[in-house]
Amino acid sequence: MKRIISVLMENAPGALSRIVGVFSQRGYNVDSLCVAATDDKSLSRLTITTQADDKVIEQITKQVNKLIDVLKVTDLTNGSHVERELMLIKVATRSELVRAEVNRNVDIFRAQIIDVDLNNYTIQVTGTSDKLDAFANVLAQSTEIIEASRTGICGLARGDKALRP
Amino acid sequence: MEMMSGAAMVVRTLKDLGVKHVFGYPGGAVLDIYDALYAQEDVEHVLVRHEQGAAHMADGYARSTGITGTVLVTSGPGATNTLTGIATAYMDSIPMVILSGQVPSMHIGEDAFQETDMVGCSRPVVKHSFLVKRAVDIPEAIAKAYYIANTGRPGPVVVDLPKDIVNVLEEHPYQFPEDVTMRSYNPTLKGHSKQIKKASKVLLEAKRPILYVGGGAIAAQASELVTEIAEKLNLPVTSTLMGLGAFSGVHEQSLGMLGMHGTLESNKAMHNADCILALGARFDDRVTNNVEKFCPHATIIHVDIDPASISKTVAVHVPVVGSVDQVAKQLLAQMGDIDTAKQKEKLADWWEQIEQWRGRSCLDFKKDDKLIKPQEVIQSVYKHTNGDAYVSSDVGQHQMFAALYYPFAKPRRWINSGGLGTMGFGLPAAMGVQMAHRDATSVVITGDGSIQMNIQELSTCLQYKLPIKIISLNNRALGMVRQWQDMNYKSRYSSSYMDSMPDFVKLAEAYGHIGIRVEHPDELDAAMERCFAEKDRLVFMDIAIDQNEHVYPMQIKFGAMDDMRLSKTERT
Repeated sequence: MKRIISVLMENAPGALSRIVGVFSQRGYNVDSLCVAATDDKSLSRLTITTQADDKVIEQITKQVNKLIDVLKVTDLTNGSHVERELMLIKVATRSELVRAEVNRNVDIFRAQIIDVDLNNYTIQVTGTSDKLDAFANVLAQSTEIIEASRTGICGLARGDKALRP
Repeated sequence: MEMMSGAAMVVRTLKDLGVKHVFGYPGGAVLDIYDALYAQEDVEHVLVRHEQGAAHMADGYARSTGITGTVLVTSGPGATNTLTGIATAYMDSIPMVILSGQVPSMHIGEDAFQETDMVGCSRPVVKHSFLVKRAVDIPEAIAKAYYIANTGRPGPVVVDLPKDIVNVLEEHPYQFPEDVTMRSYNPTLKGHSKQIKKASKVLLEAKRPILYVGGGAIAAQASELVTEIAEKLNLPVTSTLMGLGAFSGVHEQSLGMLGMHGTLESNKAMHNADCILALGARFDDRVTNNVEKFCPHATIIHVDIDPASISKTVAVHVPVVGSVDQVAKQLLAQMGDIDTAKQKEKLADWWEQIEQWRGRSCLDFKKDDKLIKPQEVIQSVYKHTNGDAYVSSDVGQHQMFAALYYPFAKPRRWINSGGLGTMGFGLPAAMGVQMAHRDATSVVITGDGSIQMNIQELSTCLQYKLPIKIISLNNRALGMVRQWQDMNYKSRYSSSYMDSMPDFVKLAEAYGHIGIRVEHPDELDAAMERCFAEKDRLVFMDIAIDQNEHVYPMQIKFGAMDDMRLSKTERT
């Protein structure tokens, strides 16, 4: 089952490698990982997506929480939450027909074309991972996907719940 | 503010933290620190012969005292040589600080001479680590390292010190951090009151309870409280390999060790218990045997300072996160006045059953006219030390014989590598013990395989006049490997024998010590007498034992806790 683990940790050198280390040394898998400093620059917020059952997820959260640099850990999938992922995708646009089809899909998916070249468009799209998958599939039906880059999921709990020091 | 070099700060911080002993080995990246160590007497440095030895010495020092052990090594090979020692301490939750030299900051990442990423190399086997970047940060980093190492679940902490920041020629203001607090690190010590209530209810209602005590009780200095709980409730007590001595092994309620080589009565009582009170033990695979068949009737109360240890291998019913001493106090307070006589009456049937299991005398063994049995060697050591020595052990059959045949009446007397199972641990660990307890008897129980893994430290023993008693059970083979080959591999002794053993007596003598060889059962007692009469000298006892002896009892793989072999021919 897909789980989204959110971690608040010290923005210290080596902190990220410790988290990644817990996953590799204990045999947990990482589907995606998204990390950046928070509004408070001394802290980093990290979102890890993994596939695990309840027992494993309990171990993951406990083992991550045990790291000295980690302040808080929560399993977002336990409660109601919002999650988003961003994808940049570059597609070939060699004919007017293709350009029109791509444009139509960009509108439907509320994506944005952020760079245009003679033979391609670069498109930005945000949403759930499902939506990003669907968008890529649709584009692939009408043209060639040259490359794509995804951020991995980041998320927050809904309502008053928050991960704060 | 006092001005001093980074190197002087290292030594000064150690002094201000009350560190008395450092085990180490010099080299390029730490020459400045060694220079600072030279002109002072507050911190005594013990020069080892191999850095792995330094880590095990600091470890033995810590296990026998509860005081954090300290290691000082240079960069590159000096640092990597300590990794086995760090991993050993990590697996057994032993407080240790490793100060490692590093190449100058500007050369980090250039594959400079003797450069390794020590923080990276050690990451999976440390509780935490620091790479210090500025000299002024040295006191705080070291103080934090000691704080982290010896609070919560203890463990090793690495402090990596690049050479440029410890330069003796540059001075910086020194400030000792009086208070170390970290917003991201606050171990839970007190148990949750709701859980305490639940636990005490389960305990008081139990008809077949057992107390399962582990190393966490020793780390928390909780022996007296554990004993109080056991006595008030008249509980049978079994101990993990790491917990031996937390509850006296000569107490009438002690059932001895449990697990793979546990006693019959321990494993039977565990399997049939209706309530298990686990205090600072972690349901390790060497205890549980097949977890699917583990203790089917028991309501399990698990007290552990590390939440990640709870329900990791075995799902527990009443988890209590906290240190054993705090939780034990809370439990005693919650249970209030216990009518011990009534409790005894309630558990009478249970004890009667336990006495039947005890009656099988699972540790009995047959002596031989010609061959010395390993068990009788341990019994002889027990007799000649009045059961009151610090006993360090290596890893293998001799370790299990020592654990089973030398009952420990006090905590911190049994020093062994339980989690990692590190051969070569025993001798340096016993040296660390002896450094901390100069007048005590420090014994190593070892074998012809293990002793050769760190034998170079015999030289250190001479330099620091450590009168250790080395009891080497020499069976001309890697005994535990051979036992498994007998049991599971049709006695195909693949690389488990040693063809060209050194003359250990001459070897001991070459290092300036006394060597005694014992070959016949009749000589054993007198030789042991001679060994322990040598108060000021190291004695190496090379004792030829029966090569074909196996360690029993032994759990049968994939079985329940109490599925055991009791000898080569008997099973439960």
